[in-house]
Amino acid sequence: MAEFETVTVDTDLLICGGGMAACGAAVEASYWAKRHGLKVTLVDKAAMDRSGAVAMGLSAINEYVDLNSGKNTLKDYCDYVRNDLMGITREDLVASIARHVDDSVHLFEKWGLPIWKDQEGNYVHEGRWQLMINGESYKVIVAEAAKNALEQAGGEYYERVFITHPLMDGNRCVGAVGFSVRENKIYVFRAKAVMAAMGGAVHVFKPRSTGEGFGRSWYPPFNSGASAFFTLYAGAEMTCQEVRFIPVRFKDAYGPVGAWFLLFKSVATNANHDDYMKTNAAELEKWEPYGTVKPRPANIRNWLMMLDVMDGKGPIYMQTAEAIKRIADGAPDEKAGQRKLKELESEAWEDFLDMTISQAILWAATNVEPDKKPSEIMACEPYFIGSHSGASGAWVSGPEDLQTSQTKDEYFWGYPNQTTVEGLFAAGDASGASSHKFSSGSFTEGRIGGKAAIAYIADHNDAPHVDQAQIEQLKEELLRPLATFEQHAGATTDPEINPNYIRPKQFMYRLQKIMDEYAGGVSAQFKTNGALLEKGEELLGYLKEDAGSLAAENLHELMRSWEAVHRMYQAEAHVRSIAFREETRWPGYYFRADKPSLDNENWLAFCNCKYDRATDSWEMIKRPVKYITQDGGTAGQADDHRQMAPA
Amino acid sequence: MPSYVIRDKCDGCKALDKTACQFICPNDLMVLDKESMKAYNRDPSMCWECYSCVKICPNQAIEVRGYQDFVPMGASVTAMRSSDAIMWTVQFRDEEIRPKRFKFPIRRGVSEGQVQAFGHYPTGDEDLRSPTLMSEPEGLNTDNGPVRFDVVPGL
Repeated sequence: MAEFETVTVDTDLLICGGGMAACGAAVEASYWAKRHGLKVTLVDKAAMDRSGAVAMGLSAINEYVDLNSGKNTLKDYCDYVRNDLMGITREDLVASIARHVDDSVHLFEKWGLPIWKDQEGNYVHEGRWQLMINGESYKVIVAEAAKNALEQAGGEYYERVFITHPLMDGNRCVGAVGFSVRENKIYVFRAKAVMAAMGGAVHVFKPRSTGEGFGRSWYPPFNSGASAFFTLYAGAEMTCQEVRFIPVRFKDAYGPVGAWFLLFKSVATNANHDDYMKTNAAELEKWEPYGTVKPRPANIRNWLMMLDVMDGKGPIYMQTAEAIKRIADGAPDEKAGQRKLKELESEAWEDFLDMTISQAILWAATNVEPDKKPSEIMACEPYFIGSHSGASGAWVSGPEDLQTSQTKDEYFWGYPNQTTVEGLFAAGDASGASSHKFSSGSFTEGRIGGKAAIAYIADHNDAPHVDQAQIEQLKEELLRPLATFEQHAGATTDPEINPNYIRPKQFMYRLQKIMDEYAGGVSAQFKTNGALLEKGEELLGYLKEDAGSLAAENLHELMRSWEAVHRMYQAEAHVRSIAFREETRWPGYYFRADKPSLDNENWLAFCNCKYDRATDSWEMIKRPVKYITQDGGTAGQADDHRQMAPA
Repeated sequence: MPSYVIRDKCDGCKALDKTACQFICPNDLMVLDKESMKAYNRDPSMCWECYSCVKICPNQAIEVRGYQDFVPMGASVTAMRSSDAIMWTVQFRDEEIRPKRFKFPIRRGVSEGQVQAFGHYPTGDEDLRSPTLMSEPEGLNTDNGPVRFDVVPGL
């Protein structure tokens, strides 16, 4: 096998990832690092200008609390998020992000992001918490600010280096290892604190499109569970691993529906032109106290639609033409109506062109002019995205000043956004139970964690102790897929078919098939039960054993191999957490047919888990839900630890 | 396929130290064929159709053809990105439908390369252990309307 050079980088704070949270961390940490004589290093598997979930651009900023207007309070935002997540929310984390997020948005504008404004100079809201932007270059602008901040503070960034594992010194994270996807180089980063901000996970479940359109996931296919694996492997307690997200989007190309539902006030109907939110309204009461809150929780909206689909009442149409007509008819005269129509048309297309260009292609290819005919919508496959209406991620400390006497013992143990591992911080999709942060909130959470990590380093400014044997072992493990391929590829006439190894693509397909059929994917209509999960765990166990036989022909495939492993750990955490929570709480995300209703008495609680890499075993932990917005907090569950045997 | 490279237009970014599309692709898909010195998408089924390669190509040699497992043939969406705006042309499958053209701003007030991360707002307390971030509390207030915050808000 080719020789690999080892590059060792010493730093104070290492930021793993290059998306919105990582860029927020880079900006804020650089500011404080400069004042305290510390060094910040960022490492991204892609190019920062176009990496992470905002790579393509965005048409809206979805968290802007607008506190300065006096119209909204932090409690309003906590109420919104708590209800959307059916009560399972760390309000201290949600409030922590919400109280800073407006500042981040104002910075984006100072950096040149065009935010829509009305004639009085006020931001144009898509909905109560959402702002419309010309966001094609949103990520390019934010990345430029992050690089500028690093440069001003004497920091540095590495691109095209894929981080695979954390480096540990007991329960302290002291760096990370990875490899260049361009050259034969292994990177060893030694750090006094590490920020995990490597995004969520896509392609854990089988996507609806399995040909060329396989990559057209709603959330990007390069978000491959690196954060989940990194924090799990480090031994961090994880939370809400059962809370996947399933967005309803325009069918197949997964174009955004937010502008249609919120800005254009469109409705969606079934084959009979019935509005399922009205005809299935009786279902809402089953999911009280959350079913009838306004706005309706995202998973409940999904569920009412899914009921129609399962009843054979599709296709489900977004009635775009009706919505446009209604708005145009509201204009004072015909000329103004025409002008309004033109404006709406441009806004509708920009919504796609900014963030889901495929949807514009699909509309053009099926001759859709939205003012003339409706378009189908559909539930996507499940994703792991703690920044949106999912909640999966690491269990992190909240800020001390937002705790109540009831919450402090549970939710505060050190520095904001620190995981349960010393020196390891998490933000964005890497941190859990703080949903609805989106792009702006993820960036903001990165800032909060970035500042906290610098404070941690100031308090623990000792050189990281990195065991050379650990590095050597990880290097060998990391390169094994290349060695396996080289050793066996010549044994058969076609390297694709070889009994000695498994290539990363087939490995991913196998993972997706297990998850799809046993853990409530698309083909199972998002339904599962305890017995299916148990069988799924057995099959995941074989897959895990076979991970040692992954084979990679080149550096690109080596990255794919480790992405596949990362996804597998996300899958395992998910299956175990769904099995642990003996109820159905988010029917539009997954439905446990053997526990078909919500059980607030027993399960208004966080389902947390920890992985022990030494014994390959999982510990499931029930933690109480306590709200900071309610006096005295809400009675939650007592701690309930259950040791689970290895799969 | 979904992003594809037009053979006659791609020059392998001879003048640059690395191929632009290879530099930018978030999923590490664009590669340079060393023999022909032309770029190609090595795994179309992992392509997100994000157009990063299309937008960055100095020769406009890259376009996108819709995923053929669900997109009928014949339509196209092309992008021309300048330093402050992006122009889109949407061509329908039905040629009777007039193609649509849109121009949207991508930056306002700050040109490429001029972003300054710091210095837009003073820092409130300069205290590493407080919840106050670098541009707070002043940055929490808007340019319009009354100023409400002189400290970072609690609940």
